[in-house]
Amino acid sequence: MVASRAVGSLSRFTRSRMLRCPGYICRNFTKSSALLTRTHINYGVKGDVAVIRINSPNSKVNTLGQELHSEFIEVMNEVWSSNQIRSAVLISSKPGCFIAGADLNMLTACTTPQEVTQISQEAQKMFEKVEKSTKPIVAAINGSCLGGGLEVGVPAAFDMMLTGRGIRADRAKKMGLVDQLVEPLGPGIKPPEERTIEYLEEVAITFAKGLADKKISPKRDKGLVETFYLTELTSYAMSIPFVRQQIYKKVEEKVRKQTKGLYPAPLKIIDVVKTGIEQGSDAGYLSESQKFGELAMTKESKALMGLYRGQTLCKKNKFGAPQKEVKQLAILGAGLMGAGIAQVSVDKGLQTVLKDATLAALGRGQQQVFKGLNDKVKKKALTSFERDAFFSNLTGQLDYQGFEKADMVIEAVFEDLSLKHKVLKEVEAVIPDHCVFASNTSALPINEIAAISKRPEKVIGMHYFSPVDKMQLLEIITTPKTSKDTTASAVEVGLKQGKVIIVVKDGPGFYTTRCLAPMMSEVIRILQEGVGPKKLDSLTTSFGFPVGAATLVDEVGVDVANHVAENLGKAFGERFAGGSLEVLKQMISKGFLGRKSGKGFYIYQEGVKNKNLNSDIHSILAGLKMPSQPDVSSDEDIQYRLVTRFVNEAVLCLQEGVLATPTEGDIGAVFGLGFPPCLGGPFRFVDLYGAQKTVDRLRKYEAAYGRQFTPCQLLMDHASSPNKKFYQ
Amino acid sequence: MGVSRTSAIWAVIWPSLRGDPEIIWSFIPFTLSVKPMDQDLRMTSLLTYTFKNLPSTSQWALRFSMRPLSCSSQLRVAAAVQTKSKQTLAKPNIRNIVVVDGVRTPFLLSGTSYKDLMPHDLARAALSGLLHRTSVPKDVVDYIILGTVIQEVKTSNVAREAALGAGFSDKTPAHTVTMACISSNQAMTTAVSLIASGQCDVVVAGGVELMSDVPIRHSRKMRKMMLDLSKAKTLGQRLSLISKFRLNFLSPELPAVAEFSTNETMGHSADRLAAAFAISRLEQDEYALRSHSLARKAQDEGLLSDVVPFKVPGKDTVTQDNGIRPSSLEQMAKLKPAFIKPYGTVTAANSSFLTDGASAVLILAEEKALAMGYKPKAYLRDFMYVSQDPKDQLLLGPTYATPKVLEKAGLTMNDIDAFEFHEAFSGQILANLKAMDSDWFAQNYMGRKAKVGSPPLEKFNIWGGSLSLGHPFGATGCRLVMAAANRLQKEGGQYGLVAACAAGGQGHAMIVEAYPK
Repeated sequence: MVASRAVGSLSRFTRSRMLRCPGYICRNFTKSSALLTRTHINYGVKGDVAVIRINSPNSKVNTLGQELHSEFIEVMNEVWSSNQIRSAVLISSKPGCFIAGADLNMLTACTTPQEVTQISQEAQKMFEKVEKSTKPIVAAINGSCLGGGLEVGVPAAFDMMLTGRGIRADRAKKMGLVDQLVEPLGPGIKPPEERTIEYLEEVAITFAKGLADKKISPKRDKGLVETFYLTELTSYAMSIPFVRQQIYKKVEEKVRKQTKGLYPAPLKIIDVVKTGIEQGSDAGYLSESQKFGELAMTKESKALMGLYRGQTLCKKNKFGAPQKEVKQLAILGAGLMGAGIAQVSVDKGLQTVLKDATLAALGRGQQQVFKGLNDKVKKKALTSFERDAFFSNLTGQLDYQGFEKADMVIEAVFEDLSLKHKVLKEVEAVIPDHCVFASNTSALPINEIAAISKRPEKVIGMHYFSPVDKMQLLEIITTPKTSKDTTASAVEVGLKQGKVIIVVKDGPGFYTTRCLAPMMSEVIRILQEGVGPKKLDSLTTSFGFPVGAATLVDEVGVDVANHVAENLGKAFGERFAGGSLEVLKQMISKGFLGRKSGKGFYIYQEGVKNKNLNSDIHSILAGLKMPSQPDVSSDEDIQYRLVTRFVNEAVLCLQEGVLATPTEGDIGAVFGLGFPPCLGGPFRFVDLYGAQKTVDRLRKYEAAYGRQFTPCQLLMDHASSPNKKFYQ
Repeated sequence: MGVSRTSAIWAVIWPSLRGDPEIIWSFIPFTLSVKPMDQDLRMTSLLTYTFKNLPSTSQWALRFSMRPLSCSSQLRVAAAVQTKSKQTLAKPNIRNIVVVDGVRTPFLLSGTSYKDLMPHDLARAALSGLLHRTSVPKDVVDYIILGTVIQEVKTSNVAREAALGAGFSDKTPAHTVTMACISSNQAMTTAVSLIASGQCDVVVAGGVELMSDVPIRHSRKMRKMMLDLSKAKTLGQRLSLISKFRLNFLSPELPAVAEFSTNETMGHSADRLAAAFAISRLEQDEYALRSHSLARKAQDEGLLSDVVPFKVPGKDTVTQDNGIRPSSLEQMAKLKPAFIKPYGTVTAANSSFLTDGASAVLILAEEKALAMGYKPKAYLRDFMYVSQDPKDQLLLGPTYATPKVLEKAGLTMNDIDAFEFHEAFSGQILANLKAMDSDWFAQNYMGRKAKVGSPPLEKFNIWGGSLSLGHPFGATGCRLVMAAANRLQKEGGQYGLVAACAAGGQGHAMIVEAYPK
C-alpha cells in the first residue's frame, strides 16, 4: 500500500479543500509546557478554536514521521483537555502540501514487519482518536494530501486506496471525501499562496466554530463502504452476505487481472477491507497494521520505494543552471515524436516552433498537439482557455524563419544519418551561437551526428520515448565534446517538460536501446523456436512487463527494430546474436511494419479491440524455424532468458561507464522500457534476486546458446562477493 | 459549451487529419479504468447562474427608511485650496473636445417597467431625450455610436435602429461597439478619436442594455438540425433528419454569465478578490449602504439631472431610478452569500443588480460647439484602456488604469476633485481602493515604484454609484462621465476621474475637465 502510494504521490490536488471529521473522546492529559521545543507543529488558539499548523522544517513537504506524529499527539491531547477550546483546525503552513504521506525514511529504517506494524498501529490510534473526537476538527487541506495525510482527515475511499490515484479536489467533494472547497485566491494584499492559506484558515475557523455551536451540521456521516456505494439500494445489497461475497470476488478478479499477482498490496487491501466489514473495525484495523507491516518488508515494496527515490533524484539538475535559459525552442520534424515533444513543451510555456517539410505532415503534427491538449480538457485537467493559450505557444512552419532566435533546436527527423547531417548543416547556418542542437534518436551515435558540426560542444542527444506525453523518461546523451553548459541546458528543458532524466555517455544504442536490443534478439529467437506471439506476450506480461514482447516489436515498428538491430549488431557482434534478422527483413518486405502499417505480428484495425494474430507470420517463422532446446525452454526459462540478457547488458553499461549510477540505470529501464516496476529495475533486480543466481542462470543459457549469455565482469564481481550490492 | 464549439471548429480545419495512432503505455499496471462522469448539466447550471445574479429584492429591500449617513463627516469640503499641477490639459495642435450635455433614461431593475421593450426602444428614448435637451439640429450630427453588451440579434447594430426611430437624420451613420461594462466608454472615446483626427465635428455617443429580455438560443444540435432541415429537399431527407432528434436538443443556451475564458462568474471572482484583499462582509455591506444612502440623497436633492423622463408605451411615465434602496446593516447581514456558498461575502445587497437603461452624450469639437452657441459642460481629456489576468484580477481595471491616465495627463491624485468609479460589487470597489493604496501591489504586480494612493472618500461617488443607481452594462460609462461633469459644475472643481472595470479583465479611465464658467 505504501509503495503504491509512493508512486502515486506524483499527482497532486490542484485546489485547496476543506474537510471535516466527526469525533469523540475527551481525556485529561497533563498539559505540555514544551511549546518551544516543537519543530513540526505550531499551535495557537483563536477565540475558542485551536489552530494547529503543520510545518516540517527544512523540507518542501510535510511527511508523517515519528517526530511529527508525537508532536501531533501532544498537541491534540492539549486540545482535548483544554476547557477553553471547543473545536480545532488542522492546516499546513506549506503552500501546496498538506501531508504527503508516510515518511519513507522512517519505513526504510525498520528491519522487521513488527516494527512497521507498530508504527502503523500508533498512527491508527491517532487517526481513530481524531475520528472520534467530540470536539469538531476541521482539516483545511491545500495541495497534496496522500496516504496517511488523507487519513488524518478522512477515511479513504475504496478505489483510491487501491490505485494510489490522485483525485482532483472537485471529485473529492463529489465523492464525499471533503465537505467544502475553497478556491485559490489571486494577488491581493499579499502573495497569492500566502493569502490563500490565511483565507483557508479563516474559513476553516468559521466552520469549526459553526460545528462547535451546532450551527452547521456535518452532512457527511457515511462510512467507508457507503461512500463508495452511494445509493441506498446498493447499501441494502451490501447487507446481503452473498452479494458481498460476489463483490469481493469481482474486485479481486479485476485486481488479479491487472496486477497479474505481481503486486501483493492491492489484494491485501481487499483482505483488510473484507475483514473490517465482516468482523468489525477493530479486527479490520488490526489486520491493516499487520498486513502493512508484512508489505513494508516485501521485495516489491523495496523495489517501488527505490524507484520513488530514484525518480526524485532524476528530477534534479546535477549540472546546475545553464548560462542562458531556453525560451525559444524549435523542433524539426512534426512526426509522432516531434509533435509529442512540442506538446510537452507548449503546455509548460515554452515558445515552440514546429517545422516540417510538407504542409500535410506539419498539419498532422499540429493536430496531434491539439488533440493531446484537448484530451486534457475533456478530462477537465485543463480549461479550454488554457488549452488555447498553450496552443498559441506553438508556431507551425515549413521554413527556417525565426530560427535566429532559437535557444535550442531538437531534431526529430527520420533515423537516417545522412538526413540528420543535412538538417544539422541547414540549422547551423541559421541558428545563433549559443543555440543547442539536440538530436532525438534512439540508436544513431551522437558523435557521428556531431562529426560534421561546426560546434560539436553544442551538440547533444535527447532520446524521448513514444508516446512522448505519456512516457516520463528522457535519456540525455553526451559526447566527450559536449560542453557541461549544453548538458545543463538539455536537462533544464527536459525537467521543464516534466521528464525524469538520465544522462548517459554516447555509444551505440546509448543505454536504453542497448539493453532492449539483446532482449529483442532473444524475442525473435524464441519466436523462431516455435513459441507463438500470444504465448510470448502472456509470458512477458505475467513477469511484470507492461507490454508483451511481440506487441512491443509492433509498437516500436518492425523497420525500426530491424534498423536498430543491424546497427547494434555491427557494433557489438556476437553478444547481440540470437534470433535471425531475416525474420524482420521478411516482415518488412511484406509490409508488416507493426501497428503503424496495420499489420505486424498482430492485425490492427480501427475500432477493433481484440487484436488478432497475423496468420501470414506463421509461414515466415516456419520458414526460419530454429530448434528449441527443451532444457532451457520452460516458461520460466523463457522469461529469464529475456530478463537476464537485459540485466547483463545493463550491468555492462555501468561497467563501461555509459551509465553513471545504478539508479539511473533502474529509472531508465523502468520508465523508458517498461522493465517490471515490481522488480525495481535491472540493478535492483540483481540486488534482490541475487547476483550469484543471475550469473548461474546466464551460465546455464550460455552453455546452451553461446556467448551472448556470457555474464559481464561486474556482474561476476558481485556474484563472487555477496556483500557487494548496487544499493547499499 | 465552449469546448465543443472550438473542437468543432478544429474538426473543420483539419478534417482529414484526425485519428492518428496513439500508443498507450501505462506500466504501473493497476490503473483501474476511469468512468467519465460527464453529465449534461449545462442547462440547469446556466439557469442557476442566471438566477444567482438576480437581486433578491423581497428579502432585504423592504425597508426604505432614509437613515442618517454614518459617514456624513466625509462630505465636508476640504478647507485648504489646492493648487493644481496643471492649469488645463489643453494640448497644442490637438483639438479640444467637449461634452455639451448628456442624458439617460431612468435606470430600472430589470423586469420592471421596461420589461416589454426592445433595446432599441430604450436607446431611442435616450437619443430623443438628448435631442430634446440639447436642441442639436439633427443634420449637423456627423456620427452616432452606441455601446451594448448582450445583443438582441434582431437589432445587432442597435445604434442605427435606435437613431432611425429617434428623430435623427437617416443620413447619419451609426455603429455599435461592445467592450463589456465599458462599452459606452468605448463609444465616447471612439467619438473623441473621430473628432480629434478631424473626421467628425459632432458625434453622439451612448449605450443601452435591456436585461429584462436576453436572447436565449436553441442548442447547437437543435440549430444544426433546423438549418439542415431548411436545406433538405425531399421528404425522405427531412424524415431522416427528424429521426435524429433527441429530447436534449431542446435544452436552451442562455447568454453566458460566466467569463468565457475562465468559466467563472463575475460574482464568484469578486468574492475571491474581496478575500484576497481581506475585505470583510461588514465592510462590503457598509459600502453598499453608503452608495444607496448617497444615491437617495442625490435623488432627493434633484442632483441626478441627467435623468430624462420616459413615457413607456402602455405604461406610466418613468421619472426616476428605482433601484435605490437604502436598507440597514442588520437587514443586509441576514442575506446569504450569492456566489461562494456558504462562506462567501458577496451578496445580492452588496452587488450591482441587473438593470435596464440607456444613456447618450453629445460630444463636439470645442470650436464647433462655441460656433453653435453651446455652453459646454466639460472637456474630455486623456483616456486609457488597460487589461490584465481575467482570472485573478478580473475586476482590478481601475487600479491599473488610474495611475497610468494620471501620469499621461501630468496630474496627481490631489488634482482630482470628482472621482466617479463604476461600482460592480462593493468588494470590487474596496479591493481596488486597497490595491491603489498598496505599495506591495504596485511594486509586485503593476511594475511601479510606489502606490498611486487611494481616492479620498469625500470626493468619491458622492451621488451614488452603480450599486444603487443601477448598472445597465452598455450604458454605465456615459452616466459616469455626466456625473463627473455635473459634479464639477455643481461643486466647482476642475478635474474629474472616471474609471471602470469590465469583463475580460479590462479597464478604462478618463480625465474629465470642467469647462470654465
